[in-house]
Amino acid sequence: MNTLAAAATQTHGFLSPTGVEIAFLLVGLATFGAAIVTVTTRQLVHAALWLVVTLGGLAVEYLLLTAEFIAWVQVLIYVGSVVVLLLFGLMLTRAPIGRSPDADSGNRWAALTVAVAAAAALVWVVVDAFRTTWVDLDGAAQGTTAVTGSILFQHWVLPFEALSVLLLAALVGAIVLSRKSDRTANTAKTATTARTREGNR
Amino acid sequence: MHLAYPAVLSALLFCTGLYGVLARRNAILVLMSVELMLNAVNLNLVAFDVWLSKAARDTLHSGQALTLFTIAIAAAEIGIGLAIVLAVYRGRGTSDIDKLRDTAESPDDGPDGSAPDASAVAVTDEKAEATA
Repeated sequence: MNTLAAAATQTHGFLSPTGVEIAFLLVGLATFGAAIVTVTTRQLVHAALWLVVTLGGLAVEYLLLTAEFIAWVQVLIYVGSVVVLLLFGLMLTRAPIGRSPDADSGNRWAALTVAVAAAAALVWVVVDAFRTTWVDLDGAAQGTTAVTGSILFQHWVLPFEALSVLLLAALVGAIVLSRKSDRTANTAKTATTARTREGNR
Repeated sequence: MHLAYPAVLSALLFCTGLYGVLARRNAILVLMSVELMLNAVNLNLVAFDVWLSKAARDTLHSGQALTLFTIAIAAAEIGIGLAIVLAVYRGRGTSDIDKLRDTAESPDDGPDGSAPDASAVAVTDEKAEATA
């Protein structure tokens, strides 16, 4: 077993990375940097735009891992709709365009400590566990549309349908939540009429 | 490719999202950080799926199916979350999480806190946010 692992490290050393690994590393650095800027910038709209870079970088990583279908779904759903929704939310809550000094809360240093500790622990465990594991990317791609479609509709049909019900429920819930309730609408109307009456008098 | 590369990247992205959730004050920025954490999990799922489909001859491709489900659920979550944030903003005029402290207990509050009727609606909103 040990000799096998040693042989694996011999053939695929970290010091002689393949081209895919170099590409993955570079895109990963860009993605991680964009993620850092997303959570630290004080300009709210810029945070959403840096999130686009992060999600796009992740789509490229999916492509490098030969999961084509998921990469394009990522581009369509995340970059296409989620970020647009977030920008809508920022605009509707009248987010300031310039720098907002109160973007970060007071417990920033506690958050930083927790995050760095979690990152150190996770990276250590993950590197220790998967140091010698080799992902074979050669041969047929693992995530083409044909493969994904066949597994989704052969083995995962029931969860897929349940998911569509969940999406419907989420849609209805979002509409109910964002509709003005009758009571507030009525009070607003009476207030307006009272004000008009005052003005007329 | 070594499995360590995507695994480490996903761990780092997850912790970045964790920092954002804990440190941000605007509710929409917190939602963005949650998206970062979900994406880190997706990267992990895809990487392990590609590994296992070759190494363990896994024909079920559970990682990719679960990634698609996570993406759909994240889209639903962001829709509901933004609806809640907008409802809170309409009721309160702020989307600042530190100021939404109606359900927090403070020592000077009486047992039957003298909450006026107007803030009762906002309290329900906040409960909805907590359960979401």
